[in-house]
Amino acid sequence: MSDHPEPEVQPQRVPAMQQLLDNPFLLLFIGITIPTVLYIVWGVMEIASIPVAP
Amino acid sequence: MAAIDAPYPGSAAAAAIFRTCRFTGLKVDIAAQRLIMANAVAAVVFLAVGGVMGLLVALTRWPAVHLLPSEWFYLVLTGHGANVLLFWIIFFEIAILYFASAVLLGSRIATPKIAWAAFVLMLVGAVMTNVAVFQGDSSVMFTSYPPMQASPHFYLGLIIFAVGALIGVGIFFGTLVIAHGEHTYEGSIPLVTFGALTAAIIAVFTLASGAIILIPTYLWSLGLITEIDPLMYKVVWWGMGHSSQQINVAAHVSVWYAIGALTIGAKPLSEKVSRSAFLLYILFLQLASAHHLLADPGMSATWKIVNTSYLMYLAVLGSLIHGLTVPGALEAAQRRNGYTKGAFEWLRKAPWGNPAFAGMFLSLVMFGFIGGISGVVLGTEQLNLLMHNTIYVPGHFHGTVVAGTTLAFMAMTYYVLPLIFQRDVIWPKLARWQPYLFGIGAAGISLFMMGAGTLGIPRRHWDITLTDAMHPFDLPSGGFLMMGLNGLSAVIAAAGGILYIVITVGTVLWGKRLDKGDAPLNFPLHKQAATVAEYGSHTTVKLPGTIILVSIFFLSFVLYYFVNWKYLSEIWLLR
Ligand code: HEM
Ligand SMILES: [Cu+2]
Repeated sequence: MSDHPEPEVQPQRVPAMQQLLDNPFLLLFIGITIPTVLYIVWGVMEIASIPVAP
Repeated sequence: MAAIDAPYPGSAAAAAIFRTCRFTGLKVDIAAQRLIMANAVAAVVFLAVGGVMGLLVALTRWPAVHLLPSEWFYLVLTGHGANVLLFWIIFFEIAILYFASAVLLGSRIATPKIAWAAFVLMLVGAVMTNVAVFQGDSSVMFTSYPPMQASPHFYLGLIIFAVGALIGVGIFFGTLVIAHGEHTYEGSIPLVTFGALTAAIIAVFTLASGAIILIPTYLWSLGLITEIDPLMYKVVWWGMGHSSQQINVAAHVSVWYAIGALTIGAKPLSEKVSRSAFLLYILFLQLASAHHLLADPGMSATWKIVNTSYLMYLAVLGSLIHGLTVPGALEAAQRRNGYTKGAFEWLRKAPWGNPAFAGMFLSLVMFGFIGGISGVVLGTEQLNLLMHNTIYVPGHFHGTVVAGTTLAFMAMTYYVLPLIFQRDVIWPKLARWQPYLFGIGAAGISLFMMGAGTLGIPRRHWDITLTDAMHPFDLPSGGFLMMGLNGLSAVIAAAGGILYIVITVGTVLWGKRLDKGDAPLNFPLHKQAATVAEYGSHTTVKLPGTIILVSIFFLSFVLYYFVNWKYLSEIWLLR
């Protein structure tokens, strides 16, 4: 956090979508979580559940 | 004269030295500039090496020429994939990330020393993998599927390269934080930087997947692990292999917007719409990795279809939006520039003699028509069976990654040279032809490989006559013809590629210096080129030319999609 006062005072409310688009680290979090869960974790779980040939 | 701004003393930024670009008015951190130059030069060197290998591969697959013996063919094919797909493209992307953060935001770059360390890691890794390939016992193709095993330093090189690139991506995020903290820009970041952010986010997932799977594979090649499960490897590896293509898409779409701004002063039609399209990429594009496993038993149809159909189409929607808004922004800008007659004066009178503009527009059209349409067809589970593992697949991705990404990056180079290297492009008359030559060649190799693949010609195959095979088989002669035409196109593409390398290297070494005096550029910028670093839309509703172009695209898309379903219904005997 910066210890000097913020110069830009924004009186009007910023729309939620814009807040999301202006937050690179939130985007980073979402962009990694979705493929990790839907593609990697789900995929690896399917492979792990394939029975081993006797 | 390029003025040097004195940084304010006593702050963390005190060490940074800036110059002001006399063409755009942008403030350029000298440390960022040097890093961009180093990464761009490395990129071009690996393109040169990988490009020659591409030509050798194509000449071997030309049945009448059949240049290389089989061992060399697989060696060179491995080197081709690694050098162009990984090293050329990712080095250039790191340069783009530094440009889109430090230069466009007028900020100092975060931790330049660490950025240099990242560069050295990438270079060491890339060279190490090349050494392994040339030693001859790592001809496993750049996908390196186990149980095929390469020498340990093949994997180690890739791991070191990925770690270096990941650090580079971290520098990009660090620079965003610095620019925000030091208030070098107001409001939201410009669209081009947002596109680069999209690329960077996808890059984190990509490089992490690569490291996660290549580290155990490396240990396996050392004999420390007894087995790598081939299916597990494929799933995680494609988390890197496919997602890295999506870094490319996000990066080259940003390049399209940037070149539109630089050459004709184009502004996005709607910041909101373009950013939402990038958001769709962030959310869904990486899931399409599953299309590389559509033919693998072991993965359930649900996993395949959720990842490649339902959700990937949302990412395709993102591309369709850019496919509308990029030409729309170009048309709107040209109309503002005074070309208002009819539906297409804006396009006819576009700066076709400027290789940056020409390359960008060709990249846009070919990425959509060749790479995009074929990609959706290949990514459909049922249709995939028609072309799986045929040379249609390389045909498709030469449409995306050569005609799309590579051509866009080449086009961008014509501004990286004067604005970052501060050297004017040499041989402007030849440079003017370069994107057309390379573009025609790239379109040719893509289309002819797709044609050959439709006729059943396999990919990664040294001898399609199947001489001495235990089970002889005759592939259709039309496929042989297509492979010959592919060879001819490869010669044209290689000529365009060599021209690019010669012009780029020549400019860096001997181009007229632009940091002294006030000489104009060979390929001038638009007077509103600086919009590239601003937030803001230009809303217009009257875009007849774009509407016509986009309608033609949709019609081709739908037709081609249904032709393939028809084709499938004819060969799939389920009547
Ligand atoms: C002069 C330009 C180029 C020519 C003539 C060319 C030609 C070819 C040919 C004929 C193949 C072999 C297909 C097969 O036998 O399976 C191939 C594979 C490939 N090319 Fe290119 N290419 C060129 C440039 C590029 C560029 C710029 C990229 C990436 C940015 C690229 C990426 C690839 C990849 C990833 C493969 C697959 C390798 C594999 O199957 O392991 N190519 N190329
Ligand atoms: Cu893919």
